[in-house]
Amino acid sequence: MASWIEKQRSIMDFTVSSLLRRKGKNIALLLVYALVVFLLGSALFFTQAMKREAALILQDAPEMVVQRLQGGRYDPIPVAYAEKISNIRGVISAGPRLWGYYFDSHVGANYTIMVPPANPPSRGRIIIGNGIARSRSVARRHIMSLRGYDGLIRNYTVAGTIPSASELVSADLVLIAEADYRELFQFPAALATDIAVAVRNQRELPTIAHKVVAMLPDTRPIIREEMVRTYNAVFDWRGGMVMVLLIAALAAFVIFAWDKASGLSAEEKREIGILKAIGWETSDIITIKTYEGLFVSFFSFSGGLLAAYLHVFFGSAFLFAPALKGWSTLYPDFRITPFVDPYQVAILFCLTVVPYTVATIVPSWRAAIVDPDAVMRS
Amino acid sequence: MIKLLNVRKGFNLGRPSEFMAVSGVTLALEANRVTVLKGPSGSGKTTLLSLIGCMARPTAGRITLLRSQLGGGGPLKSGEAAEIEVTSLPERFLTGIRSRTFGFIFQQLNLIKGISVLENVLLPAYPLGEKHGVVRARAEALLDTFGLGDRTSARVEWLSGGEAQRVAMARALMNDPPVIIADEPTAHLDSKLSVEFMDIISRLKDEGRTAIIASHDPLVYGAGMVDRVIAVRDGMIEGDET
Amino acid sequence: MIRRDCGKKRGAARFPVRKSTLCLLLLGISVLLIGLMFAHARVQRQAAGPALALIAATVRDLGLTDLALFMEARYTRHLSQADLHSAFQDHPTALEHFPTGAIAGPPGRLRRQNGQLD
Repeated sequence: MASWIEKQRSIMDFTVSSLLRRKGKNIALLLVYALVVFLLGSALFFTQAMKREAALILQDAPEMVVQRLQGGRYDPIPVAYAEKISNIRGVISAGPRLWGYYFDSHVGANYTIMVPPANPPSRGRIIIGNGIARSRSVARRHIMSLRGYDGLIRNYTVAGTIPSASELVSADLVLIAEADYRELFQFPAALATDIAVAVRNQRELPTIAHKVVAMLPDTRPIIREEMVRTYNAVFDWRGGMVMVLLIAALAAFVIFAWDKASGLSAEEKREIGILKAIGWETSDIITIKTYEGLFVSFFSFSGGLLAAYLHVFFGSAFLFAPALKGWSTLYPDFRITPFVDPYQVAILFCLTVVPYTVATIVPSWRAAIVDPDAVMRS
Repeated sequence: MIKLLNVRKGFNLGRPSEFMAVSGVTLALEANRVTVLKGPSGSGKTTLLSLIGCMARPTAGRITLLRSQLGGGGPLKSGEAAEIEVTSLPERFLTGIRSRTFGFIFQQLNLIKGISVLENVLLPAYPLGEKHGVVRARAEALLDTFGLGDRTSARVEWLSGGEAQRVAMARALMNDPPVIIADEPTAHLDSKLSVEFMDIISRLKDEGRTAIIASHDPLVYGAGMVDRVIAVRDGMIEGDET
Repeated sequence: MIRRDCGKKRGAARFPVRKSTLCLLLLGISVLLIGLMFAHARVQRQAAGPALALIAATVRDLGLTDLALFMEARYTRHLSQADLHSAFQDHPTALEHFPTGAIAGPPGRLRRQNGQLD
């Protein structure tokens, strides 16, 4: 056993020497490989963590929201519907919600203006999200002007800002009193944006949703489960963004592997012949190649993975921010809670290490079984 | 100690380019002697060397080794034959015997580029799995005796012809083999270095080793310590002088 | 190939450490770091509990339904509230002009489910 360990270590010595011979090429290979792992790992970590975060944050979202449709498009809902809905068995309460979008041409940003269900600010005052405070450099007691749908500009005093800890959900919010909202948007008193419904038993939600539609055919209920699932779908690694990255990364791996598998150079073949001539067996040659593949791919994997972790959980995935931000000028400042799924990491490991190692071993097979006396005759 | 019985070796058998490199050689080589295989190129000397050194299997015929002469072996155990027939051994065992019994010096030297002198010399010992410290000390001692003690970490590409030759010799002696086999060792050396080489062979003979050299260089087969010169032509033995 | 020296070092140019030792050490450190990564994630997750609870409380108090992440367009800002047609409100053949809309399309389940409720 000890001699087997000693032998493996000796072979490792030679493998490392061999890799160090072409230092530049191997370091470049390592770096590029690690970069691919980094991108893939970042995407994986980010989507997994965000999925979990969204699920945790939205677990107390309204149980059901009822929208009204007009010609298949979103339309304000009559406030009277709320009472009809609250009469359905199993519904605790149904309250109209007022919220909408305001486009601020100064900053080129969309704000979500809403009337909070409890403790709205008094008239003439607003509470703003931290994203707005940052982009417009506005703080308490400052005045913000908003242009109403009647063309008039109205001034509101900023009564406070929503704590930055909740920026992920509140960065662009403007909380306003109901009367101010209706005045600003010229919103009729009999209408609301939608209706938020609270029910006694969560499991009855689909049933109640069907009842709502039966009673009010021009409505569309959205239940909480669907809200959370929306974010699951967005961040699900099987879909969208990550898939594109995955395909690109796989293509990169395949190119590496193909380059390796397209044969050993004459120099490498000669060296294998020499080793066989001085007493190395075929299995020893295969071992060299295995270690070679393993070392390069494992160090790439661990380097890329650790860099991805730092990028996503210490750097808030700053490389992805432009993609997520798109054309918006507001972006929430938040730290993602680390969440690492060992299953995903294992898959990444297999995708990284196994194909490369195999691609390093396979072409050497032919050369490794050469007769030792071939080198004498050459 | 090494016996060849009616050995033939052919290449590309069954194809139009078929030829017999060695056709019917019967030979008995003694231990602790310096034997030179003399002959022009194409005479089959190299093939004969590789057959003797258990690097290749003959197409026909038998090769036997005396067990007591094998490197790394102990005294005869009861029930074991005195001779081992090499031709019928499976690959694994053959490699093991070859590593411990024969040390090869190739015509092209065949050192591995890009790694150091010391690592080149250590290579034959790696598959045997001995403790690294022991093996390393042995390699360094060997290099010292060849005057290369301060070049251990040099890349082999930067060595002179004579230095490279000595590294090849040190590598051949790494596993302390009883038999040294050299193929045209002086082909790339000048007269002075050739004489130095033969001096080293003489030293090895004094240590109790056997040397089998293939060469058409008169400096080699005419040297004083050579015990036997076998003339080879067209894969057959032409003459045998002692 | 870059030429270093020709190796003419005196006496003790010996490597004190075997290459395989270094390599195995690096391997060990890598594995350790990865283990540390998992441990850190777990610790942080537990520590982040209160912060996440705060956000969840904000969601509950204000009755919010979406993360404020994709603030480009209306239908990307409130993903869960958007209907299938809001993306085409400008005109029917404007397939997609907001970058985040390309990332966040209507999920399949909603499409299937809405088939019954619409």
